[in-house]
Amino acid sequence: MSVDLTTTYLGLKLAHPIVPSASTITGKLDVLKRLQDAGAPAVVLPSLFEEQITYEEQEMQRLAEFAAESFAEATFGYFPEMKDYNTGPGSYLKLIQDAKNALGIPVIASLNGSSVSGWLSYAKKMEDAGADALELNIYIVPSDPNATGEQVEERYLNLIRTCRESVSIPVAVKIGPYFSSVANMVGKISGAGANGVILFNRYLMPDIDLESLTVTPALKLSDPSELRLPLRWIALLRGKVPISLALSSGVHSASDAVKAILTGADVAMTTSALLRHGPEYLATLIDGFSNWLEEHEYISVEQAKGSLSEEAAPDPEAFSRANYMKALISYTGSPV
Amino acid sequence: MEHKVATLDGNEAAAYIAHKTNEVIAIYPITPSSPMGEHSDAWSAKGRTNIWGEIPQVVEMQSEGGASGAVHGSLQGGALTTTFTASQGLLLMIPNMFKIAGELLPTVFHVAARSVATHALSIFGDHSDVMATRSTGFAQLASNSIQEVHDFALIAQAATLASRVPVVHFFDGFRTSHEINKIEIIPDDVIEAMMDGDAIRAHHNRRLSAEHPVLRGTAQNPDVFFQAREACNPYYIDAPDHMQRAMDRFAELTGRSYHLFDYYGAPDADRVIVLMGSGVGAVREAVASLNARGEKVGVIAVRAYRPFSTEAFIAALPSTTRTIAVLDRTKEPGALGEPLYVDVLAGLAEEQAGGRTAWSVPPRVIGGRYGLSSKEFTPAMVAGIYEEMLKDSPKNHFTVGIVDDVTGTSLSPVEGFDTEPEGRVRAVFFGLGSDGTVGASKNSVKIIGMNTPLNAQGYFVYDSKKSGAVTISHLRFGEDPIDSTYLIHKAGFVACHQFVFLEKMDVLDLAKDGATFLLNSPYGPDEVWDKIPAEVQQQIIDKHLKFYVVDGYSVARDAGMPGRINTVLQTCFFALSGILPKDQAISEIKKAIEKTYGKFGESVLQKNYAAVDGALAELHEVSVPSTATSELHKLRLVPEEAPDFVQRVTALMLEGKGDLLPVSAMPVDGTFPTATTKWEKRNIAEMIPIWDPDICIDCAKCALVCPHAAIRMKVYDPAFLEDAPATFQSKEWRSRDLPGMNMTIQVAPEDCTGCGVCVDVCPAKSKEIVRHKSINMRPHLDHVDEEKVNFDFFLSIPEMDRTKVKTDTVKGSQMLQPLFEFSGACSGCGETPYIKLLTQLFGDRTVVANATGCSSIYGGNLPTTPYAQNADGRGPAWANSLFEDNAEYGMGMRLAFDAERSQAKSLVKKMTKEIGLELAHGLLDADQSDEAGIGAQRVRVAQLKEKLAVIDSEDARTLLSVADALVTQSVWIIGGDGWAYDIGFGGLDHVLASGRNVNVLVLDTEVYSNTGGQASKATPLGAVAKFAASGKDVGKKDLGMIAMQYGNIYVAQIAVAANNIQAVKAFQEAESFDGPSLIIAYSQCIAHGIDMETGMSHQTEAVQSGFWPLFRFDPRREDRHPFRLDSRKPSITFEEFADKEARFAMLKRTDPERAKRLFEDAQSSIDARWSYYEQTSDIERDFLEEEEAGV
Repeated sequence: MSVDLTTTYLGLKLAHPIVPSASTITGKLDVLKRLQDAGAPAVVLPSLFEEQITYEEQEMQRLAEFAAESFAEATFGYFPEMKDYNTGPGSYLKLIQDAKNALGIPVIASLNGSSVSGWLSYAKKMEDAGADALELNIYIVPSDPNATGEQVEERYLNLIRTCRESVSIPVAVKIGPYFSSVANMVGKISGAGANGVILFNRYLMPDIDLESLTVTPALKLSDPSELRLPLRWIALLRGKVPISLALSSGVHSASDAVKAILTGADVAMTTSALLRHGPEYLATLIDGFSNWLEEHEYISVEQAKGSLSEEAAPDPEAFSRANYMKALISYTGSPV
Repeated sequence: MEHKVATLDGNEAAAYIAHKTNEVIAIYPITPSSPMGEHSDAWSAKGRTNIWGEIPQVVEMQSEGGASGAVHGSLQGGALTTTFTASQGLLLMIPNMFKIAGELLPTVFHVAARSVATHALSIFGDHSDVMATRSTGFAQLASNSIQEVHDFALIAQAATLASRVPVVHFFDGFRTSHEINKIEIIPDDVIEAMMDGDAIRAHHNRRLSAEHPVLRGTAQNPDVFFQAREACNPYYIDAPDHMQRAMDRFAELTGRSYHLFDYYGAPDADRVIVLMGSGVGAVREAVASLNARGEKVGVIAVRAYRPFSTEAFIAALPSTTRTIAVLDRTKEPGALGEPLYVDVLAGLAEEQAGGRTAWSVPPRVIGGRYGLSSKEFTPAMVAGIYEEMLKDSPKNHFTVGIVDDVTGTSLSPVEGFDTEPEGRVRAVFFGLGSDGTVGASKNSVKIIGMNTPLNAQGYFVYDSKKSGAVTISHLRFGEDPIDSTYLIHKAGFVACHQFVFLEKMDVLDLAKDGATFLLNSPYGPDEVWDKIPAEVQQQIIDKHLKFYVVDGYSVARDAGMPGRINTVLQTCFFALSGILPKDQAISEIKKAIEKTYGKFGESVLQKNYAAVDGALAELHEVSVPSTATSELHKLRLVPEEAPDFVQRVTALMLEGKGDLLPVSAMPVDGTFPTATTKWEKRNIAEMIPIWDPDICIDCAKCALVCPHAAIRMKVYDPAFLEDAPATFQSKEWRSRDLPGMNMTIQVAPEDCTGCGVCVDVCPAKSKEIVRHKSINMRPHLDHVDEEKVNFDFFLSIPEMDRTKVKTDTVKGSQMLQPLFEFSGACSGCGETPYIKLLTQLFGDRTVVANATGCSSIYGGNLPTTPYAQNADGRGPAWANSLFEDNAEYGMGMRLAFDAERSQAKSLVKKMTKEIGLELAHGLLDADQSDEAGIGAQRVRVAQLKEKLAVIDSEDARTLLSVADALVTQSVWIIGGDGWAYDIGFGGLDHVLASGRNVNVLVLDTEVYSNTGGQASKATPLGAVAKFAASGKDVGKKDLGMIAMQYGNIYVAQIAVAANNIQAVKAFQEAESFDGPSLIIAYSQCIAHGIDMETGMSHQTEAVQSGFWPLFRFDPRREDRHPFRLDSRKPSITFEEFADKEARFAMLKRTDPERAKRLFEDAQSSIDARWSYYEQTSDIERDFLEEEEAGV
């Protein structure tokens, strides 16, 4: 008997819970089609960065007009006037439309705004373009030592409320793990109107080039060990918030996806594995995931979902402090 | 019929019709006609069609000669074909023009008439180019205004098809080509009605075709050539009628009526001026004004100058005319008179002799010249001419607009003669090129022109600098059509967008009594008064000006667009001028913003809107006191110690008052002194580099890459520091070769443009604070006073003895005095460091032949020029001939110097006895391969001259005159890629093949930089440029490899930042090679769309990616491997390099799929080229490592 792999995420009924998350490859229509062919139940498009759009618009204007009207022999500047500079969200919105037209699965748009008006207007445009749901990729580095944690949290919540009010499609929020009280924050996010939360965002981290003594931003692909952090928080939150839970970071294999579901995720999101092995690797993940459930005689994903969450685990403390002790025991062979 | 209006400039007005009525357009960029080609190319790229629904093919050729050849061929192929050009470009078309006219091929050449270079180049307008073509057989049709340009472009096209006589349709460069005015656009149905299908088909049917073969271009002999030449006569007899019929048809369709000659003025005029071009506007204004005062004057506007219809001319001329003054906007030295004058004179004489005139006494005819190189031509000058015409013996062959105190030709204007109507709004805006003033002014003209019944005119004056250039925008608005073809002299609104101008320029000279003065001021209404010079205060008081301030920079910054003050100041203009109700004005400005900036995106719009909204809140009126109390005064532009010529002549030009200089102040043959930029202290930098000696590693890279010689290194005996200013910095020079010396890195604070390139390349970083380097940009205001004193002291320290310097090292080269300094090149220019290096290495014995282009503009544009002299008065001698002939020009110099040297050597041999055996042998056998050898030869030549001075013989006098030729003269042929790869390539190839000892330096920006970024054959695959708007799909020509095929030419490809020492060695090797040398130097440019501060980093990545491989090919190498690759295998991809430059990155945005394909092609091309080079070098490598810091 085949396992019922279906799951519900943000109110969307998905064929199974392994979802390609936002990345550069989901920005290409041909790859999206390949992902669908490989069995993707939904796709999350790469994030639209308002800051980048604004920067590019300013740059295009600056460069197109650079040194124009300053020298009699080059009054019109140094570049031909283009019909369209393709700045703004146009190409992103077109990607949503194209994806909707080409695919039969839900398309989730992702937004990283930098201004309240930007969050609002881009969210609405994404909905109008046909997105089935919206993922808010909120990325705030709270560098101001005078800003309290509460103030930072309030910025998150304001943005969520703004977007919630401007669109009627489901809204999920992707956050990082750096809150004093992740569980409390997720509750507030839920209260602000979000339909789901994605744990966790992997931020671009600076590196240092020792030859040039410069700071170099670097994005490293995740590795499987990173699964453990979101796994814990999914397990801890399952059943405590009335919204969808998505696990992101570190899902590299079918067993990683199984772990995500067992701890309580509605979906397991994966990127790095697809970047490493190609879109078709998704089919391998799905097969492995399905096989595991079948081999272990589960009848459905719903049955397995949260079966090892804090609430359901035989050893609930394992997800909190006890986990620490257990780890030490493993290495030392005796309790400390 | 619905009248569609638009505000256009003359170039666009002409191109609009040309593009609608042609199938093929062959072009080549030349100022001021380039925008016609650019518009056409852009329209075709966007898919705009002609009236037959086809997209015209727009093709850029390698020269105007090439363009005219392509036009000729296309006409033979039966296509409707046109071109656009000016000046030297038109002259290059002359051979084909004779052919085209001789073959009765109908076409229209649209010409933005421009001065032909004579004693000097000038990009500005007069008719010397068009007049040089009057024997070609082309008809010549003159437009006098933007509307006429638009109309005559169509009339000319119709007439040429009907008559088969080709037409030069011309209008005044800049005054008409670049003036914006409100005109009626000709609807397509009118264009269609004017384009006679039968005539077009007849042209098509004359095409060359194998289906009905004919032969054209025969060679004819004395038996028939003459008769055949006369066979075309009927066409020329009929041509004026065809032209008039086209005008009449046009009048029927549009209501705008023109004639071959149009008369304006009193029907019973006694004095009539005859002229053509934009000057007609000024004359018509004067005529109306004088006639209103009871005089009887008139003007004939010549439309059809060729063929010249005397019959039509006589018909236009009132029979009451007693005196005719014919004005020519050209000069023909040695002629009986200028062309129009001679034609009118001859025509009248013929008609009189033929008894076809009504006069008992024929009118008296005098001729004069006006407006050369866009010289102002005003109604006051016209009034002066009419006054002169009243005299019994009026001056003939006169000039107006200048003071000729040498041959006394000039007439004076009538002081105070002003013809502009009272109700007309006249506004003048002073700005910087970089602050957007001109762009905003153009927008203002469009806003008013398109949204009110008012007429609107805009004209824009630019200075000659490429960095820190001053612009003056002249705007007029009024109910009547505005034909005032001269600058505003009395403005009711004056805006100064840069506070610092008040110290340097007479901004308020143009303000009329009671005018409004708007100042962009960092000081508010309560404090600004004490911050402006007393002279300006006095003008404000005397002229009863209403004085307003706005802190434009602050508003712009708050709106999120720092530095872009244009929108702020434009809003204030509308608020103060009252031309439109304030709310409507704001609304229209925002609409204009959307139109101008909408294509860039929402955020750009929002920021501009914020600037508009923020401007009015910060606009304040200043309460003007009754007395001038400021302790500040206008700056003296030139110091007292400057030479006489600079004081007398240059200083006036710097003040913007060059128009006042009389003829006697000018050199008679275009010869000017060098070393004058040092007297022009521009102070345009906001930040300047300040040296921290504690962490300096003595590498000299900062001085090497400085585009303006504004940061320098000097190594000297510490004893010279005795009188050093307290803040003068110095450190020990760490070198085994020159022990015990000190060194200083010093900024020239008033000459630095603040580009920051020196800081970008500085490798010395503080151990404690990494961002602190050995050079750091600091505010100009905080440091200028201190550094001025330091720089003066720095200059007073003697230069290093050249014979003690290792000149083939980077550090050694930078110990030498730059003899190219403080040019007006762009801030961060990638070309000038090479020229500066050249002058450091060989400047005291160099002669430069410079192709027209950027390097001739920053190298030789007045008022001041950058080629300098050392303490002995030696330095580069420099000359520019043309764009296309520079290699030949330089080779000519070499031939002359070789001839002189040969003569000098012969005479030394002949006079050995008188000179002395030892000296003679020394002179003849001198080894001048290094600085010591050259120094020794100079000593011998000085001894020779001493001896010759006291010998009384013809040989001695001759030898004395050529003795300097015994010292090696280095000939450098310098130019850009437009010259070397395109227009001058044939000549360059020939000169390189000649075996002569010339050195060619190609400053390769990979685009026509000077004329605004058009593609050349050096433009790389995938780059966006004008005429390659969709990304160039053909690879760059490998000029170096072509030259290497000869085998006996030294060739180097260099990039000074990527490998300093390779560049220095290449110069040394090229110069020392006794034969032709070619250096191709990577020169980053603003046309690349990069931040010029990091230009040297871009250059480095160009090399790292293999996009710009470094190599040297030295035929002298005896190891059978003359070719050496000097750069390492590519370490980054082409895309990694290209993504950072707008010229490439723009295509990714506008056409990602094409960009992907072209980028892949570019990478493949790089890979293939690299592989080829590796094989060529046979894996012999010569990696020149950077010099170690210190020792």
